[in-house]
Amino acid sequence: MTTQLKNIDIAAITRVVDANFKRNGQSPHQLLQILVQIEAEYHHIPGTAIELIAKTLSIPRASIISLIDFYSFLNLTPQGNYVILISDSITDRMLGNQLIIDLFCKTLNITVGKLRSDGRVSIKTTSCTGLCEQGPAALINGYAVPHLNAERVAEIVHMIEAGTPLNQWPAHLFQIDNNVKQRDILLNYSQESGQYNEGDALKTLFDRGLQKSLDELTTSGLRGRGGAGFKTSMKWHFCHESYTTGDADDNLGLICDVKPKDRDDCDRVVVCNADEGEPGTFKDRLLLTTHAHQLIEGMTICAAIIGACRGFIYLRGEYRYLYDSLRQVLDDHRKQNLLGDSILGEQFNFDIQIHLGAGAYICGEESALIESLEGHRGIPRNRPPFPVTQGYLNKPTVVNNVETFINAAMIVDKGGDWFAEHGTEQSAGTKLLSISGDCTSPGIYEYPFGITVREILNHCGADPELLGVQVGGPSGTFITSDEFERQIAFEDLASGGSFIIFNSSRCLFDIVQNFTQFFSHESCGFCTPCRVGTTLLTRLFDKIHEGHGSAGDLVELEEIGKIIKSASHCGLGQTAANPILTTLHRLPNLYQMQLKQIGFEPGFDLDGALDTARRLTHRDDAAAHLAQREEME
Amino acid sequence: MTESQFTIDGVIVAFTEGQTIMEAASAANIYIPRLCHHPDFKPHGSCKLCTVNVNGRNCSACTFPAAFGQQVLNQTTELNNLRRRIIQMLFVEGNHLCPACEKSGNCKLQATAYQLQMVDSHFPHFYRDSRVDSSHPDIMLDRNRCIFCTLCVRASRDIDGKDLFAISGRGINKHLVINSASGELHDSGMTITDRAADICPTGALLIKRQGFSIPIGKRIYDNHEICEDCDE
Ligand SMILES: Cc1cc2nc3c(=O)[nH]c(=O)nc-3n(C[C@H](O)[C@H](O)[C@H](O)COP(=O)(O)O)c2cc1C
Ligand code: SF4
Ligand code: SF4
Ligand code: FES
Ligand code: FES
Repeated sequence: MTTQLKNIDIAAITRVVDANFKRNGQSPHQLLQILVQIEAEYHHIPGTAIELIAKTLSIPRASIISLIDFYSFLNLTPQGNYVILISDSITDRMLGNQLIIDLFCKTLNITVGKLRSDGRVSIKTTSCTGLCEQGPAALINGYAVPHLNAERVAEIVHMIEAGTPLNQWPAHLFQIDNNVKQRDILLNYSQESGQYNEGDALKTLFDRGLQKSLDELTTSGLRGRGGAGFKTSMKWHFCHESYTTGDADDNLGLICDVKPKDRDDCDRVVVCNADEGEPGTFKDRLLLTTHAHQLIEGMTICAAIIGACRGFIYLRGEYRYLYDSLRQVLDDHRKQNLLGDSILGEQFNFDIQIHLGAGAYICGEESALIESLEGHRGIPRNRPPFPVTQGYLNKPTVVNNVETFINAAMIVDKGGDWFAEHGTEQSAGTKLLSISGDCTSPGIYEYPFGITVREILNHCGADPELLGVQVGGPSGTFITSDEFERQIAFEDLASGGSFIIFNSSRCLFDIVQNFTQFFSHESCGFCTPCRVGTTLLTRLFDKIHEGHGSAGDLVELEEIGKIIKSASHCGLGQTAANPILTTLHRLPNLYQMQLKQIGFEPGFDLDGALDTARRLTHRDDAAAHLAQREEME
Repeated sequence: MTESQFTIDGVIVAFTEGQTIMEAASAANIYIPRLCHHPDFKPHGSCKLCTVNVNGRNCSACTFPAAFGQQVLNQTTELNNLRRRIIQMLFVEGNHLCPACEKSGNCKLQATAYQLQMVDSHFPHFYRDSRVDSSHPDIMLDRNRCIFCTLCVRASRDIDGKDLFAISGRGINKHLVINSASGELHDSGMTITDRAADICPTGALLIKRQGFSIPIGKRIYDNHEICEDCDE
């Protein structure tokens, strides 16, 4: 590289870094955000950028490299000017994403994982992009493109070969449908249906009082919608309590007086988890599109109650296309004095930043998310302490799902008793489900908790003959027809929103393999059982899938699964074996039928192991090969 | 039992506020297997060899706080079987050819494996492709033997003040990287007097030309099982 080129790079990179500092403040915690922007510009992180950032932010170069190496959307080596990431969730596969990959590769003359020699284009696969009901989908230079078919591929290839900049591509390629199929109280809590007015919930909050509003939340029985179902009012209460010691209750509403300029000194923090990484989940995608005002109001209410002046929306990188519209909604709230300094004339300052993720499912786990917000690798923390006592920069932090915050705003607006009338006793309210797979009408359905799987299947036009339904995504449960009377509720079948339907023509092993590979790909690698265990599971499962499994392998699958479940550090590992364990338990016959009818199956490919020796000795005759199961077959 | 006591395998153990189960156990001379823990450093909680059962739930002893009345299980068949599987995972993940390794006999990975009565590797080997760094005149890094305990990372950052190491990669692609212009040890500024140079529990980070100063057979774990007194 010439010195001149190097200088140009440095100037350009400095601009990116400065722009970020201007927007978000100069802090080493901005590292990930800076890298995300450099990647967007250069399609990798050039060495010059690493040098520059290491100097400017006084971060060791190895830490920067290790960060880049952690996130799927950051690269140390150059990618194409056009980076195509094909969504590779099971639903994309069912909709034929392999044909799309083949088509791209053939027409662009590239291979998966390799940069084309002219540097123009590269193609890879990526985990679920949250477009399951409008797949097969891809991200092109970070922007979501749904409904891929031969026609659209041809259009894309044409523009890539012509070198058309992405912002000049026709808008229809990036058109994401909302696909709302069933509304209830939450989706109807909108301006269009006359149920929501910007600022009403916040005004009610201050009119009624902070303590009384928190009481409404307690009365409502609202539980977190991100999966675990923790009582929201209790979380907010703990967070508030952990700030003041002793007579916490009287102090509720102690208003934060830190000026926005010195936000790193802020007392408490509100974080919205918009990482939505569980394959088959896309309901937050809708809420961030149509209910962003309600979300921001919910976060602001939380801030007032716990005494926070700083908030974050952690937006998964796959939803980058929503970044600008979210910023506009934030601006709109600032203009209306619903966000910023002295909100609604109260002595209350609160503002929100959007942080982009960079392709890591683990960053949906709340403590990994906080690490990522701080600009680190997304490694889950040891607990205790929990985020409510020591979260972002060790300050008490509330992390809630998108849907939870919107429910909270609605409850403050409409009252806790009213809310509790919906759903079941232990699961009040409604749940948004993202339904995909084998049905005539995939999309987003809102139901009161307590609805049975069968009712849902009838409603969305599920195929008559089903293999089963994956409720709650890969980390959830696979159920078959004898369980279709079960209910969606925290006390029965919990779901963060993923609901994937498989008809009887689907291969169970394709499904379980996709899920198992997902977990080993997304394991952060921190703890031994998950890091090594998910890889062992993937390899063993592949062996069975390929038809080389023996009875002993099933025993081993179950044992490894249980080890990962019982000894892993966080929820990812603790649920990573669920696809195998829940299907082994429910469909043992399918597994039996998949096995080789032999007493012994080697743990590895005997003939393959001789490959090196054959090459070294230049032999390829029959005697240089070993039959795997000669005598036994 | 008083307010500052709990039990490990039924034995009453005292603790002070803020102590982890591991620290309280150590003070009571009760051994809990461990690889990523060292009393001089902030606990990490990643190897999971120290998995104990606390009131029915598995926890990492090195990070979990001791609390009044906790019933901790440590030396049970079930837990030791689990730990044996976990250490076998570490053995198949890396390339641990103990008979050919300078550290043999002083290696905590090897000693813990003996202690857990590991007699085979059980799982298929990964044959990981790891880079060896022998660029430094006095120190050698063989990543084949790295178990990611991060003790070198912590020692270099927290004691030597040099911040020479970091863990890079995700999942099974995890690996140790060096903070130097070349990415190798020779221009890292590491010296044999660094705490990081002699903290490695395995044979991954070794000081050169010292490997056989103590002959095989006379090394720490050649003569006794790994135990509480080993973390001098
Ligand atoms: C591996 C993993 C991934 C997760 N991903 C998400 C996610 O994408 N969105 C989410 O809201 N919660 C996710 N969670 C749950 C969060 O850790 C946390 O419980 C949740 O954000 C709390 O919000 P809630 O109480 O409103 O549900 C995940 C948990 C784990 C273990
Ligand atoms: S369970 Fe998996 S994802 Fe969670 S900390 Fe361990 S390695 Fe990381
Ligand atoms: S080199 Fe040694 S001390 Fe460093 S992480 Fe690896 S095993 Fe631990
Ligand atoms: S010693 Fe506790 S996890 Fe490693
Ligand atoms: S004996 Fe060599 S790594 Fe332990």
